[in-house]
Amino acid sequence: MKIIVCIKQVPDTKGGVKFNPDGTLDRAAMLTIMNPDDKAGLEAALRLKDEYGAEVTVITMGLPKAEEVLREAIAMGADKGILVTDRVLGGADTWATSQTIAGAIRNLEYDLIITGRQAIDGDTAQVGPQISEHLGIPVISYAQNIKIDGDSVIVERQFDDRYHVLKAKMPCLITALSELNEPRYMTPGGIFDAYKADITVWGRADLKDVLDSNLGLKGSPTQIAKASDKVRKGAGEKVTLDTEESVDYIVSKLKEKFVI
Amino acid sequence: MDFTLSKEHEMARSLFKEFAEKEVKPLAQEVDETETFPRVTVDKMAKLGFFGIPIPKEYGGQGCDVLTYAMCVEELSKVCGTTGVIVSAHTSLCCDPILTFGTEEQKQKYLPALAKGEKLGAFGLTEPGAGTDAQGQQTKAVLDGDEYILNGSKCFITNGKEADVYVIFAVTGTVEKRGRKMKEISAFIVEKGTPGFSFGTKEKKMGIRGSSTYELIFTDCRIPKENLLGKLGQGFKIAMHTLDGGRIGIASQALGIAEGALETTIEYVKERKQFGRAISAFQNTQFQLADMATKCQAAQLLVYKAAMAKSTQKVYSVEAAMAKLYAAETAMEVTTKAVQLHGGYGYTREYDVERMMRDAKITEIYEGTSEVQRMVISANLLK
Repeated sequence: MKIIVCIKQVPDTKGGVKFNPDGTLDRAAMLTIMNPDDKAGLEAALRLKDEYGAEVTVITMGLPKAEEVLREAIAMGADKGILVTDRVLGGADTWATSQTIAGAIRNLEYDLIITGRQAIDGDTAQVGPQISEHLGIPVISYAQNIKIDGDSVIVERQFDDRYHVLKAKMPCLITALSELNEPRYMTPGGIFDAYKADITVWGRADLKDVLDSNLGLKGSPTQIAKASDKVRKGAGEKVTLDTEESVDYIVSKLKEKFVI
Repeated sequence: MDFTLSKEHEMARSLFKEFAEKEVKPLAQEVDETETFPRVTVDKMAKLGFFGIPIPKEYGGQGCDVLTYAMCVEELSKVCGTTGVIVSAHTSLCCDPILTFGTEEQKQKYLPALAKGEKLGAFGLTEPGAGTDAQGQQTKAVLDGDEYILNGSKCFITNGKEADVYVIFAVTGTVEKRGRKMKEISAFIVEKGTPGFSFGTKEKKMGIRGSSTYELIFTDCRIPKENLLGKLGQGFKIAMHTLDGGRIGIASQALGIAEGALETTIEYVKERKQFGRAISAFQNTQFQLADMATKCQAAQLLVYKAAMAKSTQKVYSVEAAMAKLYAAETAMEVTTKAVQLHGGYGYTREYDVERMMRDAKITEIYEGTSEVQRMVISANLLK
């Protein structure tokens, strides 16, 4: 089985988000990490590799510095790394990014593509499903559990209050949630081996069946009006009750939502 | 001269740091309070190869350099001195002498399980009457057919009851050196479970309280002749060589404890308010922090230099002695200042700096006291 995992190097938002005066992210002022949803996707791929045997290729688009995140993935157990980097690809929105990644993937053989649900720097959750559209393969988003069944995958797709079980024939694309699993640590020896590994570097010329008009800043239809830090969905409900009443109240709410 | 770490080392540090924060720190207080060996953490570290960092891959290790190993002990010790010394004693005091002095058969037999952390290692040199003076050994090994018979006891043994493989020193005869009769000391590999090998009292310690520190007792303990490590009579040389490496591990532990105390204190002084403002606004606090940070940095440079020296030089006794001496004294000074800056809270067991100050003290004592380090350093100056 051949699995491709799409990963992204993102600013670590744990220490707070820093913006430039023009509203864009001040990436230089923030430490970088592997996007958490992507890391869960990679872990899912590595578990499939452990269980069924697979070749795991990680791919990323970014500045030459993004090579680091590929080496981290290899130190965790990925077999190959591909960096797609080119000046003409800069300033890409989700559309241009998914076009770029799809153009790179067209050069590769695969049974399964796994992406993170969304990146913590943009939170759009669009790139994964868009890649599947460009490649003409099925997508199952928000995966909280993945199993292989012959030439198909069986995936639990998470919803706010339930999950769906879906089956799809491979090749297909899955978008993973960070809750999917607890990603493994690298190993010290794996890190040193990862820095000896060859990283394949591709530019514009290596992208297959993609129009220039769909790439980079020029190929990005998105206009950013304003950027802000993530806001919570709601304040939630606050109640003041004694212990016994609280338990009853919580239980009634859980029943109401069919959790129990 | 370049003081920047390679990208590999930076990534390795981030791994150790993340592991220490997520897996070790949450247990540190309980491990200390209950004097419990952190077996769960040890098993997790084993899976990640932390017990075989500088062991070559051909023996099941990670094949990294000594600096990577030192950084591992440093990062673990930032949050838990106990966890740091478990890795240090195992790697430097048990794996290293087998790797350096073992026969190919011994390396093949013992190193893979040790490097993978399936077995834990320990080192038995110290006896009630033989601490700094290793010549005071009383434990004897007598050859009887194809076996050596061990009799005697060892004390203050780190990883004592939890280990599986022990490098043990014993007197095998007498030799004449410069007209004086001296004890001939040899080293042996002893496995847990060997008949006649038992455990005595568990030490109740001031610090590193989760570390399993035990007395080892040998009563007519028969071990195969092929478990002699190195040549007969080479024991003193093996012990001294091993301790040179061990000192880099303990120096890393001391460095980590100091840095951990500094980091904790920086957070605290920004929050603690007195006279209407954070105590970080007072110049005394600022000057204390500046001194603490400068000493930590100096200790780190000495420790990393010694670690590099072990990877590249044949002899590194002085580098190791300087690193251990300075890092240990820095750990004691920095943790003492950290407690002082925490005031009354720092004296309570609720706050990490109290534990750190107790953990720091042992680094000035074990694997060669600070006085022994000064002897090693000055002997080299005056030779």
